[in-house]
Amino acid sequence: MAQTTTTTSKRAERGTLGNSAVRPDGLAKVQGRFAFSSDAWADNMLWGATLRSPHPHARIISIDASAALAINGVATVITAADVPGQLTYGLIANDQPVFAKDVVRFAGEPIAAVAADHPETARRALDAIVVVYEVLPALLDAEQAINGSFAPIHPDGNVIRRQKVVRGDQDFVGEVVVEGTYEVGMQDQAFLGLEAALALPDDDGAGVELYVATQWLHEDQKQIAACLGLPLERVRLTLGGVGGAFGGREDISLQVHCCLLALATQRPIKMQYGREESFFGHIHRHPASMVMRHHADRDGTLRRVEVRAVFDGGAYASTSSAVLINAVTHMQGPYRCDIATVDGYAVRSNNPPCGAMRGFGVVQACFGHESQMDKLAAACGLSPVDIRLKNAMRTGDRLITGQIVDSVAPVERCIRETAAISMPPPLAQDADLLDIPGGSGLTAQRSNIRRGVGWGVSIKNLMYSEGFDDYATARCHLTDGVATLQFATAEVGQGFVVLAQQIARSVLGVDTVLLEPISTAIGSAGSTSASRQTWMSGGAVDGACRLVRERLFEHVAAAHQLDPLRLAIDGTDVVDTRGSLRVAVAEAAPGLVLDETFEHHHRATEELDEDGQGNCHVAFAFVAHRAVVDVDPDLGLVKVVQIATAQDVGRVLNPLAALGQVEGGIAQGLGLAVMEEIVLKDGVMRNPSFTDYLLPTSLDAPIVVATMIEEPEPQAPLGAKGIGEPPCISVTPAIVAAIRDATGKALTRVPVRAQDIVFGD
Amino acid sequence: MSNEFYRLTVNGKEHDVRDAWTGESLMYVLRERLGLPGTKGACEQGECGSCTVLMDGEAICSCLVMAATAIDAQIVTVEGLTSDPTHTAPTDVQQAFIDAGGVQCGFCTPGFVVAVHHLLDRNPQPTELEIKEAVSGNICRCTGYGRIFAAIELARDQRNTQPKQPGH
Repeated sequence: MAQTTTTTSKRAERGTLGNSAVRPDGLAKVQGRFAFSSDAWADNMLWGATLRSPHPHARIISIDASAALAINGVATVITAADVPGQLTYGLIANDQPVFAKDVVRFAGEPIAAVAADHPETARRALDAIVVVYEVLPALLDAEQAINGSFAPIHPDGNVIRRQKVVRGDQDFVGEVVVEGTYEVGMQDQAFLGLEAALALPDDDGAGVELYVATQWLHEDQKQIAACLGLPLERVRLTLGGVGGAFGGREDISLQVHCCLLALATQRPIKMQYGREESFFGHIHRHPASMVMRHHADRDGTLRRVEVRAVFDGGAYASTSSAVLINAVTHMQGPYRCDIATVDGYAVRSNNPPCGAMRGFGVVQACFGHESQMDKLAAACGLSPVDIRLKNAMRTGDRLITGQIVDSVAPVERCIRETAAISMPPPLAQDADLLDIPGGSGLTAQRSNIRRGVGWGVSIKNLMYSEGFDDYATARCHLTDGVATLQFATAEVGQGFVVLAQQIARSVLGVDTVLLEPISTAIGSAGSTSASRQTWMSGGAVDGACRLVRERLFEHVAAAHQLDPLRLAIDGTDVVDTRGSLRVAVAEAAPGLVLDETFEHHHRATEELDEDGQGNCHVAFAFVAHRAVVDVDPDLGLVKVVQIATAQDVGRVLNPLAALGQVEGGIAQGLGLAVMEEIVLKDGVMRNPSFTDYLLPTSLDAPIVVATMIEEPEPQAPLGAKGIGEPPCISVTPAIVAAIRDATGKALTRVPVRAQDIVFGD
Repeated sequence: MSNEFYRLTVNGKEHDVRDAWTGESLMYVLRERLGLPGTKGACEQGECGSCTVLMDGEAICSCLVMAATAIDAQIVTVEGLTSDPTHTAPTDVQQAFIDAGGVQCGFCTPGFVVAVHHLLDRNPQPTELEIKEAVSGNICRCTGYGRIFAAIELARDQRNTQPKQPGH
């Protein structure tokens, strides 16, 4: 297991890079003093609440709020008619209404919002609003969106994006050909800290301050200001404490509603979703179906991938177009492949909107390509490990987009080091019920349990793609040995706050690193997504600290008539590398105030052409997973026993935080493999609660044995790749492959359900 | 909404709850009326354990208990676990969560901390399985539980080598 060693060295105590420095928010979090956005509170505040459509597709005939307004304690009711600015918002396309106006396009779409003196009053007011609908037939089948048999449900049409990837000899037929159709269910991010915000109106009524849990303050600010019809500077955002995100906070949820209510009432408004509303209020992972045909030489060399992929984006575009290109450009997996015929669609439907979730399109692609690799292995008489080693991508190989993978690409090493991890002991004859599939409730027969082993390997792009400059800004202030950092990087739990401190301590030789509130008072940091903040905001903090260090060296050098290039930081001192000068950073320049801001930009990328060719991605990370499962094939019960993994991380900057990302991602991938799915019936969610949407608990957590592959990435400012997404990507197909190994069943969809194991082919 | 008046004993202190609607959950009253937001809510159904508090020594989901029914009970929240009179020093369990990396977003953390105090106070030497079972009503979405198990084992082992810990 990746060990977290407690070291007493001075470096560790100082919490520099490479050490398990302690999070600055840790103490407040364990004591219950950390202010999450749901803890925000203001004098005289009102509670906001949202009325939502029960229908997936309907015309709104009328909205009558008079009975709601008559309730004591209700301050206002607002609808689309009360939106002063742009009526729609969206991350890529501006296609989602703040409130549905003439038509609702998914069950759960906001219609109106109320402000009242108590959450219960607000709920009663929602009940009192009378909306008359004319229910319309709903577009629920993605194929109907593609074949044009359903009239457009939105002015932008029913196909959000189609993207092909065409490369090489399109008539090529391999010596060995395997086919399969794969499906991925709709997964929820299920962050624990529900959507919440507090909006404070400016005294002049022409501006608003918003404390909100989000992944990207500046993008929210842009979209909110447009809908409020206010200039950007009159919409100021501060990050409220964020209880997890995983992609589910990239889109606007309650932000605009909360600000509108604050401006309408001129009072502070608190909005907070319950769990059910959270399922309606944020986007989900796209359900996808993929028809795949893989061609190989008889010896198992992968030659061609053919894929038709359909991603159901639901009612509004969100990031569907970007999710789609991630999927289609990753269809070969982490393997060399010269020929591709990929046709991908992201479609609109009257299902709930889908967008970003950890893994962003690659999760779906990986379930497909890894299932296919196992089929190829079987057809060629190779083991799952050997076929992957045979085709493992290396630095310098090309993607099916023609882009050369110039990132460090230790795919072979990921596989070999995963394979080197010891297998778990066999299930004990006297194993506790809690250790066997089904646990103590659904008791499996010990004698009936079969063990299986499966593999998954993946490639994941890092940062945003297709020409988008998702830069990050950071500011460093230094005086008398105390550094203060400012950035708008959303801390959602991943630990950027401790990483920023580690960077400053390492670069500047300081011990005390203060952090300014995370807000729009400084330039954008981009989104906390796409495994990008260590690289991007880490690069920005590093850059700002280095600029400050340069100024400090210039000052010290001038005072001692030295060349500043001779100076370096050693521990907490400035030292002359060629002389005897040694002075503590804290005393090197008494009273001197240094303050620098730095923007980190990654290298430019290109849009894909019609054939899906182009250098659309910035960089890549790789990971291998091996799953060991116990299955009761008669009851369809699964227990994931162990996940072995070796992950390409570039460089470990904080061992404890890195291990936490790996273990946490694996749990989410396990969830998708065997339990997590939003179940829809006629476009309506049937399980929007934690009673019915099952999440992995402590009893579902497998033993995770992790090896970090450290080959520093030259492109990355700190040598470190993003590590957030890879853990959850190939673990899902690895677990499914292990269940196949144990049962012999085909299992072509995730999550694998008991009936798929018991009754499936 | 009404003129109900009742008194709750929380963290050894009596609090008057005035002008409250009687349907309010203990979680809501702790958070919104008594200024104790350390107790978190994430599911309203007793599924996630974020709102775990001790009621007469038992770990309960405060979202499932009406506050007005808790009038005769001793309630302890995450804010009241410490034996430090200044309420500043972390308990052994809280410190172990920090040291072992059991905290990421931190939203589930107060509920876990209360549940682990409850566990270790009843069973100072829990086995690995007993630990997993004891916190199986607390959902964490960030950590995958690995570092949380490590934190609980750390707190357990420290208690067994150093019997007098704050908060114990």
